[in-house]
Amino acid sequence: MLSIRNLKATINGREILKGINLEVKAGEVHAIMGPNGSGKSTLASVLAGRDLFTVTGGEVLFEGSPLLGLSPEVRARAGIFLGFQYPVEIPGVSMTNFMRTAINEQRKYRGLPEMSATDFLKLMRDKKALMEIDSALASRSVNEGFSGGEKKKNEIFQMAMLEPKLAILDETDSGLDIDALKTVATGVNRLRRPDNAMIVITHYQRLLDYIVPDFVHVLSAGRIVKSGDKTLAYELEEKGYDWIKEENEI
Amino acid sequence: MQKYKNQRQYHRIIYKNQSLYYVYGLILPAGIAISGASILELQINLHSNCYLCFLFRRILNNFAALVISVFHVIMNGDQDPILKQVTQGEYKYGFVTDLDNDALPKGLNEDIVRRISAKKEEPEWLLEIRLKAYRYWLTMKKPEWAHLKIPPIDYQDIIYYSAPKSNKPAGSFEDVDPELLKTFDRLGIPLDEQKHLSGFAVDAVMDSISVKTTFKESLGELGIIFSSFSDAVREHPDLIKKYMGSVVPYRDNFYAALNSAVFSDGSFVYIPKGVRCPMELSTYFRINAANTGQFERTLIVAEEGAYVSYLEGCTAPMRDENQLHAAIVEIIAHTDAEVKYSTVQNWYPGDKNGKGGIYNFVTKRGICLGDRSKISWTQVETGSAVTWKYPSCILRGESSVGEFYSVAVTNNYQQADTGTKMIHIGKNTRSTIVSKGISAGKGQNSYRGLVRVTKNADNARNYSQCDSLLLGDQCGAHTFPYIEVDNESAVVEHEATTSKIGEDQIFYCNQRGIDTETAIGLIVNGYAREVLNKLPMEFAVEAQKLLQISLEGSVG
Ligand SMILES: Nc1ncnc2c1ncn2[C@@H]1O[C@H](COP(=O)(O)OP(=O)(O)O)[C@@H](O)[C@H]1O
Ligand SMILES: [Mg+2]
Repeated sequence: MLSIRNLKATINGREILKGINLEVKAGEVHAIMGPNGSGKSTLASVLAGRDLFTVTGGEVLFEGSPLLGLSPEVRARAGIFLGFQYPVEIPGVSMTNFMRTAINEQRKYRGLPEMSATDFLKLMRDKKALMEIDSALASRSVNEGFSGGEKKKNEIFQMAMLEPKLAILDETDSGLDIDALKTVATGVNRLRRPDNAMIVITHYQRLLDYIVPDFVHVLSAGRIVKSGDKTLAYELEEKGYDWIKEENEI
Repeated sequence: MQKYKNQRQYHRIIYKNQSLYYVYGLILPAGIAISGASILELQINLHSNCYLCFLFRRILNNFAALVISVFHVIMNGDQDPILKQVTQGEYKYGFVTDLDNDALPKGLNEDIVRRISAKKEEPEWLLEIRLKAYRYWLTMKKPEWAHLKIPPIDYQDIIYYSAPKSNKPAGSFEDVDPELLKTFDRLGIPLDEQKHLSGFAVDAVMDSISVKTTFKESLGELGIIFSSFSDAVREHPDLIKKYMGSVVPYRDNFYAALNSAVFSDGSFVYIPKGVRCPMELSTYFRINAANTGQFERTLIVAEEGAYVSYLEGCTAPMRDENQLHAAIVEIIAHTDAEVKYSTVQNWYPGDKNGKGGIYNFVTKRGICLGDRSKISWTQVETGSAVTWKYPSCILRGESSVGEFYSVAVTNNYQQADTGTKMIHIGKNTRSTIVSKGISAGKGQNSYRGLVRVTKNADNARNYSQCDSLLLGDQCGAHTFPYIEVDNESAVVEHEATTSKIGEDQIFYCNQRGIDTETAIGLIVNGYAREVLNKLPMEFAVEAQKLLQISLEGSVG
C-alpha cells in the first residue's frame, strides 16, 4: 500500500529525515517509536503533504503511484488520513459542517454524489457512538475549547467518519488518561480491516498494549535504526532509547 | 483563525460617581498596515480627574497587551506562501442594459436642482428643501476624518438625473419596459408577481427612478404603504413632510446635504398601528447609466406596535470610472414598533488593480421614538471601491433597543470605513454592536463606532464586539471605538479581536480533503456567522455565497 524509499526532507535547510525506508502492506499496523525530535511528526507531515518541509530525495508510492507530487487535499481524498499530534482549532466552523464538507469533497473526488443530510446525520450518530463522543461535540466549533483528550478522540472520530485506506496517527495517545486511551484504542481497533493499514506513532509502549502492532520501527535522528515485531516495543520500554543510540554507535 | 487572546480589548466603564465625565477613548488596536508593519496609536483625553487612575491603569494594561499581541502577529506573519496569490472573483452583475435614457446634462447648480424637482413634478415645499440643502452643501467641506484615501471627486462631472425613458411612472406590470424586466430578471429579482419569491415584495430602482413596486395593492389592503419615494410624495405628502429629514436633516453632513439637494428615488414604507407586515419588503437598487450618480432616499415609518423587515440590495455595471452613490435612509419607530433593516451591498468594487468601482457614501439612521421600540441594522458589505457608512440608532424611547450587525469585506484595493452610532437618551436603553471586518489583498477595513450615553439615560447598556480577520499581510484592519458616557449607571463594554487564518488551519482542512478555497470559505463564513444569522433566511444563503465570491482567489 505504501512504500517509502530513501526519503529525505529538510526544514529551513536542516535535514530532518535522512533516508527513510518503510514498506506498509494492506491489513498491517506499523508502530513508529523514537525519542523526541527524532523526526516522527516530520515523517507524518511529509506523507500528508505539508509544504513546510522540503523533500530533498527519495520517493513514496501510495497504492503503486507516486505520492509526493500531489497536493495535501488530493492525498486525503485518495485515502490518507493524518491524526494530528496537535489538532488545530477552527473557531466558528462547527464539527458537523466541517465533516460534511470533508466527506462531500472526498465523495466528489471519487465520483460519488453528495451524501444526503439524513444519511450524513446517521453516519455522525453511529460514529459518535463508536467513539463514545458526547453529542454536544458535533455542534461545537472544530476543536475549539476541547480538552486535550477530547481533541485526540475527535481525531479518531474523524478517521472513523472518513474511513481512510491509510491512517497515520501521530502520538494520539499522549496526554490521555487510561480510560480515554482505552476508548481511543477500541475505536482504532474497530477500524482495522484487511484492506486498510495504519501507522501508529507513539513515544510510549503503553498504547501498543491496546493497539497491537504487526511491526515496530525505531526512528532516531531521521533514520529507522531498528525494526522488529511487537517485542521490540517491550525491549525499548525496558532499556530506554539510549539503548538504541548506544547500539547504533557501536 | 488564530485568535490572539491577549489582544482582546475589554473596556468596562462603570460610573459610580455623580460628577460628569467625558471619556474619549480612541484606541486603534491591530493597526496592521502594509507588510505586517504595525501602526499603534493611542489617544486618550480625559476631561475629568476622578476615576482617572482606574481608567488609565485599564488603558495602560490594554496597551501592554496590545504591544505584545501585535508582536505576536508579526512573529506569526509567516503565512506568505499560502496567502500570496491575489486574484479576483468575477463580478457577475457587471453587465450594462442598453436603454434610452432621459437624462439631465452633467453638472450641479441651482438650475439642475430645480429641473430634477420639475422632472418629478414635485410640490413647492420639496423644491424649497432641495434648494436650502444645495445652498448649505455649497458651504460644506467633505469629511476628512475617515480612514479612506479618495481621489477628489468632480461634482460637475456627474449626471444627477437619468431615467430609463420608456418607463411610465407607477405603471402596472404590463407597462414596464421588457428590457428593464429582463435586467432585473438577470439580477435574480423577478418583478412579475407571479414568479416572485414568496414572502417578498420588491421596489426596483434603476438609476434615478423606481421602475416597479410589486405587491403594492395587496399590502395596501392592510394599510401598509410600500411605494417609490416619488409616488409617496404625490400620494402621501403629509407623511413625507412630517418625517423626511426628521432623523437625518440636510445639515447633518456633506453627503446628506448633497443627497437632500439632488435625491432621485428610493422607497417609502409606512406600517400602520398594530400591523405586522406579512412579507419582507425589499428595494433593489441598480445603477445602469454611465457617469451617473445615484442618490436614493428611503424612509420607513413604523407606527405603534408595528413590525417590518426590510431588505436592500444593490449592484452596478463594471466600469473603469468611479461612480458616486450617496444615499439617505431614515427610520422612525414608534412605541413598541420594531424595524429590521438588512443590506446586502454589492456595488461594483472596481477591478483587481483598483480601477473603477462605486464610491458609496451613505447616511443611515433610525430613531426609536417610542418606548420599547427596536431598530436593528444588519449589513453585509462586499462591494464598492469606497464605503463610508454608519447605520445608527437614536434610542430616545425608554427601554428601546438598537442593534448593529455588520460584515464588511475589503479585497484588492477596496476601502471601507464603517460602523455605527448608538445614542442612548432614554432610560434603560440597550444596544448591541457586532462588527466583523474581513480584509484581503490590499484592502483597508475600519470599524468606527460611537457609543454615547447622555445624562438622563439611566441604566443604559451597550455591548460592542469588533472582530477583524486578516487574509494576508498587505491588508489592514483598524478599530476606532469612541465612547462618551455621561451617566453614572451606564455599562459600556467593548471587545475587539484581530485574527488571521493560520496556515495550520488551512492544512488541517486540506488534510481532510478540503481544498484551500473551500477552507477559506468555511472559516470566513464561520467567522461571520453571528451576523449572517440575522439576515432573512433566503438572503443568508445568498450572502454566504457572496462572501465566498468576494474573497475568491484572495488566498492562493
Ligand atoms: N516547524 C518547524 N520549524 C523548524 N523546525 C522544526 C519544525 N518542525 C519540526 N522541526 C524540527 O524537526 C525535528 C524533528 O521534529 P519532529 O518531527 O516534530 O520530532 P518528533 O515528532 O519525533 O518529536 C526537530 O529537531 C524539530 O525541532
Ligand atoms: Mg511529534
